[in-house]
Amino acid sequence: MRILYFAWVKQRIGVGEEELSPPPEVRDVAGLIDWLAGRSPGHAEAFANRKTIRAAVNQDFAGPDHPVAAGDEVAFFPPVTGG
Amino acid sequence: MTPRIAIQEAPFDLAAETARLTAGRQDVGGLASFVGLCRADDGLAAMVLEHYPGMTERAIARIAAEAADRWPLLGLTVIHRVGRVEPGAPIVLVLTASAHRTAALESCAFLIDWLKTGAPFWKREEFEGGAERWVEAKAADDAAAARWKPA
Repeated sequence: MRILYFAWVKQRIGVGEEELSPPPEVRDVAGLIDWLAGRSPGHAEAFANRKTIRAAVNQDFAGPDHPVAAGDEVAFFPPVTGG
Repeated sequence: MTPRIAIQEAPFDLAAETARLTAGRQDVGGLASFVGLCRADDGLAAMVLEHYPGMTERAIARIAAEAADRWPLLGLTVIHRVGRVEPGAPIVLVLTASAHRTAALESCAFLIDWLKTGAPFWKREEFEGGAERWVEAKAADDAAAARWKPA
């Protein structure tokens, strides 16, 4: 699974991209966040406030219940501020 | 009608983009444009824009397709800059062309409202002296986008 981070999520984690194989019990976006938050203090800080985290699965916005699977591209970032 | 969508570091030229939408045709009766500029709030030195390559283009293409479904457009251009932008410089351009003004004006407003909330860009502000801050999403922007949802 390809995991991407943007904006301050990327700054806190320290990398923009990771190639990871989450355990089979990780089935959705919320489960993936729980698992990622345990990987390092930077991950824990980035995911400390779930309300400020948005996600995309395979480049479409996705809510916490959206399924994730091996081979997916999953991105985490703050609410968008373009325009 | 094929929308022109560009994500680029370079500045854009409104006059050139306008000419591009109208060149060689006589059916356009109205053009509407929105240009977003970088303001020098609170001693801002520069704005640095980050995006999600790939998803950004997909998201804007989808928003553009929705605009083309809702209004009879003859042309549509969205240019969004990324990277470092200094105060006074342009950040985003939305340009719409139609036979009549209402479609051009409404679709232009729709597109910029949706770009603010539906495309993966993030702004970081850099201040004189080295401080920096990520711009936070505004509830007012969500409300502006929500007013375009079909009833």
